[in-house]
Amino acid sequence: MIEVRLFATLRQGRDKIVYLAPEGLAQAADVLQSLNIPAEEVSILLVNGFHSKPETPVKDGDVLALFPPVGGG
Amino acid sequence: MSGAYYEKVARINLSTGEIKVEKLDLDLARKFIGGRGLGTKMLYDEGVATVDPLSPENKLIYITGPMTGSGSPSSGRYMVVTKSPLTGMIACSNSGGVWGARLKYAGWDALIVEGQAPEWTYITIEDDKIELLDAREYVGKLSEDLDEALREKHGKEAAVLNIGPAGEKQVLLAAIMNDKDRAAGRSGVGAVMGSKKLKAIVVKATRKALDNVADPEGLKAVNQRCMKLIRENPVTNQALRSYGTAVLVNIVNNIGAFPVKNWQGSYYDKGDAISGETLAEKYLEKPGACHRCPIACARVIRHDGKIIGGPEYEPLWAYGGDCGNDDLYVINECNRLCNEYGLDAISVPCTIAAAMELYQRGFIKEEECDGVPLEWGSGKALIEWTRRMGDPETPLARLMSSGSVRLCEHYGHPEFAMAVKKQEMPAYDARAIQGIGITYATSNRGGCHVRGYMISPEVLGLPKQMDRTVTEEKAAWAKIFQDLTAVIDSMGNCLFTSFALGAQEYADLLNAATGTSHSVEQLLETGDRIYNIERMFNKAAGMKPEDDRLPKRLMREPISNGPSEGMSSKIELTLPQYYEARGWVNAFPTDETLKRLGLEECVGK
Repeated sequence: MIEVRLFATLRQGRDKIVYLAPEGLAQAADVLQSLNIPAEEVSILLVNGFHSKPETPVKDGDVLALFPPVGGG
Repeated sequence: MSGAYYEKVARINLSTGEIKVEKLDLDLARKFIGGRGLGTKMLYDEGVATVDPLSPENKLIYITGPMTGSGSPSSGRYMVVTKSPLTGMIACSNSGGVWGARLKYAGWDALIVEGQAPEWTYITIEDDKIELLDAREYVGKLSEDLDEALREKHGKEAAVLNIGPAGEKQVLLAAIMNDKDRAAGRSGVGAVMGSKKLKAIVVKATRKALDNVADPEGLKAVNQRCMKLIRENPVTNQALRSYGTAVLVNIVNNIGAFPVKNWQGSYYDKGDAISGETLAEKYLEKPGACHRCPIACARVIRHDGKIIGGPEYEPLWAYGGDCGNDDLYVINECNRLCNEYGLDAISVPCTIAAAMELYQRGFIKEEECDGVPLEWGSGKALIEWTRRMGDPETPLARLMSSGSVRLCEHYGHPEFAMAVKKQEMPAYDARAIQGIGITYATSNRGGCHVRGYMISPEVLGLPKQMDRTVTEEKAAWAKIFQDLTAVIDSMGNCLFTSFALGAQEYADLLNAATGTSHSVEQLLETGDRIYNIERMFNKAAGMKPEDDRLPKRLMREPISNGPSEGMSSKIELTLPQYYEARGWVNAFPTDETLKRLGLEECVGK
């Protein structure tokens, strides 16, 4: 399974964590599409803790973390 | 009066009771801007670098910037500049709220407080009139209670700055509080105020806006442009308002840069329980804003039937993952205690984390703990030890209230103090984020993230995404971030405006307000000058090159868990690059660098 963690406003109307079967999900963009999350709403996309792009390949066992634009200090 | 300075500094001698009005040196003000830069230059010129920080010889400068109270976005900042009793070096603690703007509206650019009052005293300022009043009846009062009492006495429109019991007892981690829950939190500035027996400063002002900016129409136009940028930026318009800085918990944890149990690990499996999202869901009443701030990052929370200020990211981490605690209520309570006792809500929990590691390893014995063992994750321990550090009575509480370095040295294990220049590092693991390590190591006030917030490019992708794991380009970027930050701090704007504004906007704001014509290059050079005068203060205070070092754990113990497992700091590579970018040799500016920056008075020192 691919674990997708959603944060901040991306949680609104969705679960905090979603598990997806990896079949048909080749890259991070496919994961976003399957969750109906427009790519422009995602400011930080982590795959296994590292900053990634929509075209980053994904596979079974990966953990994705998705954040909208956020700041702090 | 011209150019957003009122050209007035009050020199208040608490030993003699004498109050002198001095004219601000306008040339100096333009060279160092104000706030942090000008305050440091003034302190340097006062010749206090070698004095005992808690002696009457130390001086305490409360200073605004030219933009403070100007109506430009998030422009309510003031700074406290003094020699730190925690680090023995420069302290500059920056705070928001409304107090700074009120001081400016009363017509004062800065207050220089010197000496030591014979009895507990507080200062009242009402426009031109400054008085010293008897504060003996307020001794022992908690910070928020004192704020209420003084506003009851002097009028609800008064703004109050004060110290709690921690400052009175000269706890080295004591903060100066203003407007109840805003803090000039770091480097023990509250202890210096306590050493002078100064309990509070109450300010009332007739002015409601600055009436002396150089180009009012020009400033209005730049303000509108800046406000538009802030409103159009998703971070400053929405994200900080919705979740505050607390939103960082999940981000930093998910990249594995969230130090756990005194930096023994760097991923907290219960991170979501103490996150900004959970805080918003369970406790948030509303966002809070400082003087004329459209961002509103502060948290106003429901806690034990009251509405109070809530925790920022740093205490959420430090009382949370760093102490192995996932109970958000406990963090809220500890944060409240820090505000009430007047304590640094970063260094206090970091020191508790160090004590918990000493306890874990058997160096602190249970019998020393006075019935409250320092066990990881114990809510009872976090609450009780915070209280004890705020008003220390027992030997261990006194040691802990002096910070992690003195605590760990006492037990013969300085390696467990996660601090730089004796000040505790904040909530980002420099083993997993290479650039922030440069900021920590070279910050003139010791372990600190807001002297050059490399988290912005390395984690948040602002203004562009940099690879957090590599060292390339990081030294040059850290220097630019440090220089621009020095400028913003000196102007009196909040650093958070920089998520939306660039160097050009700051140049335009400053030029319109003060009548200068700085280019961006000149502005950054001014930041460089400020960074160098701070460094020269530290040199005069006895700083050594080895003080620019990270704790050994960051180089010798790779991260033990989470996504960044196996990583360690490569500061030995980046530090020489940084010195080269600064024009420094062995941690200090060369004479050539000093001359280039117009710091001729420091040459040969």
